[in-house]
Amino acid sequence: MALIEYRDALNQAFAEEIERDPNVFLIGEEVAEYDGAYKVTRGLWKKYGDKRLVDAPISEAGFIGMAVGASMLGLRPVIELMFWSFCTVAYDQIINNAGCVRYMSGGLINCPIVIRGPANGGTGVGATHSHTPENWLANIPGLKVVSAATAYDAKGLMKTAIRDNDPVMFMENTLLYGEKGEVPDEEYTIPLGLADIKREGSDITFIAHGRAALTSVKAAEQLAHEKGIQAEVLDLRSIRPIDEDAILRSVSKTHRVVLVDENKPFCGVSAQVATMIQEKIFDELDAPIRRVCTIDAPAIYSPEVEKLQLPTVERILEKALTIL
Amino acid sequence: MTETTAEAEVSPVDYATAPINASLTKEDKIRFLRQLYSIRNFERVALKHYNEGKMAGFLHLYIGQESVAVGTCSLLGENDHVITAYRDHGHALAVGMGMKECMAELFGKATGCSKGKGGSMHFFAPDKNYWGGHGIVAGQTPLGLGLAYAVKYKGLKGSALAFLGDGAVNQGVYYECLNLASLWDLPMIYVIENNRYSMGTSLDRSSALKNCLAERADGFGIVWDIANGEDVYEVRAKTWTAIERAHNESRPTVLEIDTYRHYGHSVADAKHKGGYRTADEIEQFKNRHDPVLLWRQRMIDEGMVTAEEADAINKETQAEANAAVKFAEESPIPTVEAINQDVYFEVDRQTEAGRTGRHFFND
Repeated sequence: MALIEYRDALNQAFAEEIERDPNVFLIGEEVAEYDGAYKVTRGLWKKYGDKRLVDAPISEAGFIGMAVGASMLGLRPVIELMFWSFCTVAYDQIINNAGCVRYMSGGLINCPIVIRGPANGGTGVGATHSHTPENWLANIPGLKVVSAATAYDAKGLMKTAIRDNDPVMFMENTLLYGEKGEVPDEEYTIPLGLADIKREGSDITFIAHGRAALTSVKAAEQLAHEKGIQAEVLDLRSIRPIDEDAILRSVSKTHRVVLVDENKPFCGVSAQVATMIQEKIFDELDAPIRRVCTIDAPAIYSPEVEKLQLPTVERILEKALTIL
Repeated sequence: MTETTAEAEVSPVDYATAPINASLTKEDKIRFLRQLYSIRNFERVALKHYNEGKMAGFLHLYIGQESVAVGTCSLLGENDHVITAYRDHGHALAVGMGMKECMAELFGKATGCSKGKGGSMHFFAPDKNYWGGHGIVAGQTPLGLGLAYAVKYKGLKGSALAFLGDGAVNQGVYYECLNLASLWDLPMIYVIENNRYSMGTSLDRSSALKNCLAERADGFGIVWDIANGEDVYEVRAKTWTAIERAHNESRPTVLEIDTYRHYGHSVADAKHKGGYRTADEIEQFKNRHDPVLLWRQRMIDEGMVTAEEADAINKETQAEANAAVKFAEESPIPTVEAINQDVYFEVDRQTEAGRTGRHFFND
């Protein structure tokens, strides 16, 4: 297996799917000639040309809506948002059109698009560029929402997302693009809706997705080292569909759970998961459900403080210890 | 009813002699008359039953604008696609959808074209290159652009016609589309159906540039034109120029068609005569500018039909609309299980992906 950066794992997924299916093309601001703002599409324009790599004007509602329309005729557009925060200016196209067209047409129309790009804060870019919109989008039946934490997951999930016949909202993370991970040389895909245990444990479950899953692993290792307590880390990978079985199985094993979430707490993904656990397996819980989320305010600019606004190892351990 | 009050406006150009019209057969022209009457009667009958409380939601009637849909859609070939907004019944019937499936949709029945899940604003028929029926003003404009994009991407000689109203031209996304259509040389045709009112607000009160909405295309290097929507010949001639431009040059066009709706924005303001427009104005358009009556008269003048034959077509389409109502009334409503169907492709087809993970949270 090769050790490659998260951005290059995505890049491999695009190259392989572009070669596999002539209907796949990538579109977004500066994805082609500039190689992408975060170099996720590096080299692809040179290799595949203008038809498969399309530089769009700063015009999200226009080109996302256009991609939705093109997908109705069988194309498979992969749309890069330079930041997921910019989805707000294309909300009508994402929610009313991509999210609803299949249902409102009684199943006559498919919308096989992927919208992708970096979500979340942590890079000191302020409130408008740091949103975590997976909970906004997961609220829309018709949309699928994916969040990849590792290079391996990013490639396998992206290939599945591109082949999926529904609109998939694919959350990446600026802070993860440079992270290296092992990716098999041979072709593989990961089904949507299948969580992954990032660390086995028996005493408490940390449930997270995206970068928060990696923060949770760090917290679990520190907990094992300092207290000898084994935390299991369940990475959701997919918010919608969600792997309910894996969540219930892990919590039923450990009987304690901390939900770690770079969403805001109010109506966030963790709120949904907490409700699910409470409704389905309340009797399995030996302690109250705890949550560690991004502190409920717009993203602060000041870089050192912003790090503390996100879930940290310290905050995770602090919450975990209250229920151990 | 009396149908002899139509008086054609004198036009300096007779578009009947345009090449695209000169080749029309008698059957073609009578088919247009039948389509005009079909839309008119579908809408009349729908209104009657809406007022009886048999439908939910909005009913945006197309009465008065029929010539636009009939004229433009009569020109569509294999790779030409259509998309429209919420006033979509006329376009649906003009592309060949059946009255039964459309009426059943209005009644919210499982036999409706969208299985009772879309309603009045959301008719679809992909097999007829008809991509809906969209509820958000101007929200369909980039979708139409995507149809044009896909046609070009696939190397086909085709086009996309996206209909929008005079209200929609004040939405920002429309201008993003004009920029993209021109920038990328897309075979896109935006047909502005200017019926003079965006909901209850007149053009005078909603548009900074009042006399010509299509002219805004100048700012994007896009060719534009204006057509008189009272005349099927003129609508066809000018739309055909746009289609040829799309097919041969892969360039966009904005075509503004002047028209008028006899009823309200929706049935909610259908009887609102004293407010945003006068009863005199409505009566004038009904009596002197009705495209159905004008085409009827034209066909009689051309010797294509007799008055009696035209009346018979009117009656036949009315009977067809009534039969559609019977079909709709006798059809079942969707099952409760249907609420969770047609949300996701994989779930509906029970594939491997559908078995992993939970898509729904309501049980």
